[in-house]
Amino acid sequence: MSAKSHGSTNEHSEAGIRAKSAMPELNVIKHSAATLQRPPVDEADRRLLAAIQHGLPLTPRPYAGIAAGLGISEAEVVARLAYLKEAGVIRRFGVVVRHHELGYSANAMVVWDVPDEQVTGLGHCLAGFDFITLCYRRPRHLPQWRYNLYCMIHGKSREEVLAHLEWMVNHCGLQSLPHEVLFSRRRFKQRGALYAMPAGAGTR
Amino acid sequence: MRPELTELDRHLLNDFQQDFPLSATPYADMARTLGVNEEEVLARLRELKQAGAISRVGAVVRPNTVGVSTLAAMAVPPEELEAVAAIVNGYTEVNHNYEREHRLNLWFVATAPDVEHLTAVLDEIAGRCGYEVLSFPLVEDYHIDLGFELRI
Repeated sequence: MSAKSHGSTNEHSEAGIRAKSAMPELNVIKHSAATLQRPPVDEADRRLLAAIQHGLPLTPRPYAGIAAGLGISEAEVVARLAYLKEAGVIRRFGVVVRHHELGYSANAMVVWDVPDEQVTGLGHCLAGFDFITLCYRRPRHLPQWRYNLYCMIHGKSREEVLAHLEWMVNHCGLQSLPHEVLFSRRRFKQRGALYAMPAGAGTR
Repeated sequence: MRPELTELDRHLLNDFQQDFPLSATPYADMARTLGVNEEEVLARLRELKQAGAISRVGAVVRPNTVGVSTLAAMAVPPEELEAVAAIVNGYTEVNHNYEREHRLNLWFVATAPDVEHLTAVLDEIAGRCGYEVLSFPLVEDYHIDLGFELRI
């Protein structure tokens, strides 16, 4: 645990890069070297993430039972989670809300057909808005699907989502790019991803 | 379904999406910050979870760092959509599944421990449903998830 409990950073994580830039030069070199020597996620980390994939228990010592199940100490559970958060493996740790139940009943996936050399710049522009909850580049699937940049907009109404969209289009200069707005109609399923499958689950 | 929210609820929902205390006693720490007692925090969190306002208290893992995932889409005739969606929902690997306004009208996210497993799931869904499954795996992620500030 000692090798990873001190702010070692994942080279590829935004959180890691941010953390590193705030460090003195010497530390950057030291921690980069440490990062190269070990993968950001080891077996124990995987088991821990699997153990909390349904969420923490709502009890005064939520990590105690998890630790017992994994055969490690409560303190190690907390330290590993802190490491995974700092390394950017855990992007966010805390209360995960369900938008729909809280009045944000309109959500649209907006997809854009962006020239390849502009995707990254526009992606960062779109991702900066607080009503955007996801912003990804994904491959096109020609001829059925020409779009390569996706973002998700949440709002309290369809009108609000469309107003957000118009604001984004103007702000990021997307007026000339083909796009489609896919509002959600029915939600058939929504929960966190599971990283470990029940034994024998196979593909079904 | 929409829960009646108290001032405490608003703080619980908004203030700890990102800055959840990483200590052995996080709920007691939250209670101290909010000036209430731990039992109250736990009781409200349980009720918000029960009401569906909170999906969980836990980790949002960066895509493709542990396991692999993809966004998949199918074009399903409207009269078959419910039946196909039920088949898709039956998979543990599927964590989101939405009908959207488009010819490609069923969009779901599947996550699995490795690529082989993920591919097998998508192939099996296509085979059982009889419709092509388009897969759009993530190429680049631009969003830094700071949670979502609720204006409630």
